[in-house]
Amino acid sequence: MATGPIDGNFEILKLDGVTRRFAGITALDGLDLTIKRGEFIALLGPSGCGKSTALNCLAGLLPLTGGGIWLDDRRIDVLRPEQRGFGMVFQSYALFPHMTVRKNIGFGLMMRKVAKAEIEQRVTEALRMVRLEAHADKLPGQLSGGQQQRVAIARAIVVQPPLVLMDEPLSNLDAKLRLEMRVEIRRIHKELGRSTIYVTHDQDEALSLADRIVVLHDGRVQQVGSPEDLYARPANHEVARFMGYQNSLALDVVGGADGETKLAGPGMSVQGVGHVQSGRAVASIRPEDLVAGAEGVNTIDVRVTGAEYAGREFVGTAVTQDNQPVIFRSPLRISTDELVRLSVPTDRVRVFAESQR
Amino acid sequence: MSSLVASGGAVAGSKPGWRASLGWDGTTLLVLPAVLFVLAFFVFPCIYGLILSFMPLKGETFDNYIRFFSENRFYSTIWKTLLIALPATLANVFLALPIAFALRKTSKYQRVVTAILVVPITLGTVLVAQGLLGYLGPNGWFMRFLMTIHVIDEPFRMTHNYIGVLLSLIITGFPFSFLLTLSYVTGIDPMLAKAAATLGASPWTQFKQIYLPLLAPGLAMGFCLAFVQSFAVFPSAVLLGEPAGTTRVMALAVYQLAYEDYNAPMAAAGAMVMGAVQLIVVACVLGLRGMFYRGPVGGTKG
Repeated sequence: MATGPIDGNFEILKLDGVTRRFAGITALDGLDLTIKRGEFIALLGPSGCGKSTALNCLAGLLPLTGGGIWLDDRRIDVLRPEQRGFGMVFQSYALFPHMTVRKNIGFGLMMRKVAKAEIEQRVTEALRMVRLEAHADKLPGQLSGGQQQRVAIARAIVVQPPLVLMDEPLSNLDAKLRLEMRVEIRRIHKELGRSTIYVTHDQDEALSLADRIVVLHDGRVQQVGSPEDLYARPANHEVARFMGYQNSLALDVVGGADGETKLAGPGMSVQGVGHVQSGRAVASIRPEDLVAGAEGVNTIDVRVTGAEYAGREFVGTAVTQDNQPVIFRSPLRISTDELVRLSVPTDRVRVFAESQR
Repeated sequence: MSSLVASGGAVAGSKPGWRASLGWDGTTLLVLPAVLFVLAFFVFPCIYGLILSFMPLKGETFDNYIRFFSENRFYSTIWKTLLIALPATLANVFLALPIAFALRKTSKYQRVVTAILVVPITLGTVLVAQGLLGYLGPNGWFMRFLMTIHVIDEPFRMTHNYIGVLLSLIITGFPFSFLLTLSYVTGIDPMLAKAAATLGASPWTQFKQIYLPLLAPGLAMGFCLAFVQSFAVFPSAVLLGEPAGTTRVMALAVYQLAYEDYNAPMAAAGAMVMGAVQLIVVACVLGLRGMFYRGPVGGTKG
């Protein structure tokens, strides 16, 4: 088997039951995933869900404790990181502080023993792509966060790796820059035509960037699908939470028909989409779908615990009579300890069986 | 302190005070004890010794220096000392580097090994010299072990000569070099090496391209500290060495001039030459250090 980094593209990258345990804790539990050439995949999940572990396993920075990774017909999880040749963009950028921007970007090409003139030309090309031509001879310490981030991207893509791995690359940037860089990343991905795996905890990033999203929770895959799919039909309340259903209310099943379930709890009566036979269930509701003060079929009585002015409206935090937290929006001023009746249309409530954990 | 600052401001009126223009404030006074200490116990003795060296017991102003550089028993000590101090320093720096590098990840081994390696600090030069005399002596465990496994048939001399002094300097100097190097190595973000690996760098290349350039200034600093310490070698040169021959080091010659010949001006001249040699070596190393990157060693601005 060749010792140099893998060159050229692939048709299918297959993760087969990829598992990683740390001293008895399973950080990643049997991740199965098939990635086609040119796809943009987002691994989405809260911190500690195993998404960074998955990325490090792919890059070869963490050995697997179970499963395998296949690039077409070639098993690659046994290869060292330098033999895999995947480009990686680190959350902390990990730029070499003693090398100029040009040297940083050219490092991977130098390792591949590319001729000097070609390195020069490809680095210049990469600098143009990330719009840093003017900063080529600066040290990373002289650049702003956004510029450093673009150097990190350029360094990872200049070697034209079959797969680019990105570990929350935008999490250290301010909101405005984050939006700009999101567009850049999408543009660069299109321009290169290579596959990208992008780790994030930000559903907006995942929804706007990815062709497919993998939602992870506690080291397990919750759902895999297109952004539209996940947004419209989340498979469980963990996925729903990431798709903006910030409220998860645990309630008793009291009835139901036609794919709808009727739930009740102290001061709450809610009917929603989704079928659960009996016992306990979770109702997932987006904050913006809760209407304060209106009467309807579905009502939730809450006591306000806090109100935050958010420009167009107030964002209220409240608790139900059995102390479950609720977040809602209100166009009217609300004040702490106020008792409010919230209502929500039935087609805006998703009902899931309570997770077995 | 605050009243001092206030009065300074009052004198200057609306214009910025001279203290402020120098970047001084009340806390500047905190360096005062250290400045006084350095003045009293370093600058004054140095100047005193320098002046004294130009006042020989008999003869002209520069006679002490002329004598030092014309008599073999004086000027030869420069080479003898360098011949001990430089190899000991290099050995320490280059022994410390791989061990510190291997221990760069925080683990229980790091703490245990660090503790064991640092023990010689607590022993002191004399105890180490005394121990080595017995251990490496003709009837010591080391010789008997070598003879038992038939590596040698006759004990050879490792004490009362150059080897003994060198070994003792390495043992007493190593903990300092190691601790210093360890702090430099652990200060380098391990993500940098991982980033290099994903770009195709083998472990050796990662070390050569990432760790070594970032460590170089620290290693130079460690070299200087270890060198200055070794250069002043005295107890082990007497106890473990051959004070009349190969290990007649500068400190010993200066000591003999001062307390056996009672020639303080000549001793002062010797001490000045000793200081100058150290300064030249340290200046050379720090000059080389200037050729390397010396900024922060993290992966980002933070």
